[in-house]
Amino acid sequence: MPTEQEQVTAVPRIEVRDLAKQFAVRGGVREVVDNVSFDVAPGEFVSVIGPSGCGKSTMFNILAGLETPTSGEVRVDGRDAIGHREHFAYMPQKDLLFPWRTIAENAALGLEVQGVPRRKARAQARELFPAFGLAGFEDSHPFELSGGMRQRAALLRTVVQGREILLLDEPFGALDSLTRIEMQNWLQGVWSDHSWTAVLITHDIREAVYLSDRVIVLSARPTRVRLDVRIDLERPRDLAVTTSAEFAAYEQQLIEVLHDESRKAFAQQQEGLAS
Amino acid sequence: MTSIDRADGYVAAATPAARDRRRRRRIDPVRLLSTVLPPVLILAVLLIGWEVAVNVTGVRPQVLPTPSRVLSEGWGQREAIEMHTKATLQVTLVGFAFSLLVAWVIAVVVDFSGWLRRGVMPLLVASQTIPIVAIAPLMIIWFGFGLMPKVLVVALATFFPIAVGLVEGFNKADREASNLLRSMGAGRFTEFRYVRLPSAMPSFFTALRISITYAVVGAIFAEYVGAEKGLGIYMSMQKNAFRTDLVLAAVVVSAVLSIALYLVTFLVERLVIPWSFKERKARHAD
Ligand SMILES: Nc1ncnc2c1ncn2[C@@H]1O[C@H](COP(=O)(O)OP(=O)(O)OP(=O)(O)O)[C@@H](O)[C@H]1O
Ligand SMILES: [Mg+2]
Repeated sequence: MPTEQEQVTAVPRIEVRDLAKQFAVRGGVREVVDNVSFDVAPGEFVSVIGPSGCGKSTMFNILAGLETPTSGEVRVDGRDAIGHREHFAYMPQKDLLFPWRTIAENAALGLEVQGVPRRKARAQARELFPAFGLAGFEDSHPFELSGGMRQRAALLRTVVQGREILLLDEPFGALDSLTRIEMQNWLQGVWSDHSWTAVLITHDIREAVYLSDRVIVLSARPTRVRLDVRIDLERPRDLAVTTSAEFAAYEQQLIEVLHDESRKAFAQQQEGLAS
Repeated sequence: MTSIDRADGYVAAATPAARDRRRRRRIDPVRLLSTVLPPVLILAVLLIGWEVAVNVTGVRPQVLPTPSRVLSEGWGQREAIEMHTKATLQVTLVGFAFSLLVAWVIAVVVDFSGWLRRGVMPLLVASQTIPIVAIAPLMIIWFGFGLMPKVLVVALATFFPIAVGLVEGFNKADREASNLLRSMGAGRFTEFRYVRLPSAMPSFFTALRISITYAVVGAIFAEYVGAEKGLGIYMSMQKNAFRTDLVLAAVVVSAVLSIALYLVTFLVERLVIPWSFKERKARHAD
């Protein structure tokens, strides 16, 4: 049976310690993140699920160095990483492919921003196109691609930067369920080929269990870690595993906690509307 | 890997769409005709109606000349009109170039400083409440009859829509896009270059189209008040000589000038941001 457990590795790739974040809002402060702690080991795939608006994206922004926490620590390979932007490659909720750039140019954006000469950056990005199922679309514009392809292009733009850790904020949230399943299979494939360390935000419990080594459930706002579950399913996983009894047990365990938190979050929002 | 094979399914599915798009481009001449024909027909009907009405009622040409008279008399004066048109075109282009420069400088500076934005924007709005009728003669008093006062009048009449179009265009950039750029290590300047500037281009060209139609009118107005040559002063002179036909001939020329400049903005837009056209087309296709 899976249990809540602490990560026991020599040096975790990511260490988050007592992270807290408050925003100043009209009439006081809004506590969004409240003493969140977790570790991620090198090469581990961790999913974060939590009710809508609980502070997942805020947490990612802190990890990516875009926001500073009110208190707490973020360490990467044992070194302080607050305000550092060089460790994480960030894939936001929207694909944010720029219509004025071709797919190859979009994919090379991160490298160009980091000062790699334009031609070299684009050549480097082009090399990854076949693996991302985008061969032949290098010179297309984003509006010529399907939703699934756009999402793969956005992920390509993320990984080509060669950063140590991927932060994926609901990459498949906007896709229909069939395309989403294809993308999950595909992501699993490329992830195991490249041994990336990845943290994925999702609302989809099935997706979290299917893809992850560990699933962290966050509570309603102010958010803290409600549950940290290791998923001991053999890899590589295929769709058959999703109908197994073990898989169902994981889903059941997560869904109970998550629904409990979602109810709280919903009640919070109702209060917010009432006041 | 089966997942990659599935991904290839998209390739097969998306290629016919691309072929479709190519086919659509080929029927363009027909579409062009269908956009040009209606205004031409309506204009022809109006002109014929005008011609007939003047001939039937026997109005004196000093009051209202027939279109054919406007054309023939204008044609007779073509050398003079051409000379004045060139002068007006020069004022328009120099004035508009200056206007563009001013608008860009203001918009970029304002984009980089929230403090300046709060300080400058109200002044810009205030500048648009100045009646040009009142300021144009003063410009002549201050700067004489040369190019300078006219350039200033054209700029005053046209810079505002461009500046506002740019400022709002820069702000159209997605906040999350800025975050993405920052996560890649971009500073404020890189962010501007890679996101805010390109995001602003479609609204820039919309603003450009609006303001260029004011440019010719602005130039003519400035010349009307006082100039050595130009369509404005030509109109003023012919009006004083009761040559209504020649005034209208000059009006026709200035209208043609405005329309031509308006069309040029589409051409420039197509050259500068070809992606915007493709995107719009792709969106209309489905
Ligand atoms: N800059 C800010 N100022 C004030 N409040 C903020 C700010 N940024 C986020 N918040 C608040 O923090 C809370 C969490 O936002 P966040 O975007 O992190 O949620 P999320 O968990 O990613 O939600 P979703 O699942 O819908 O994407 C929200 O209530 C939001 O209103
Ligand atoms: Mg979010």
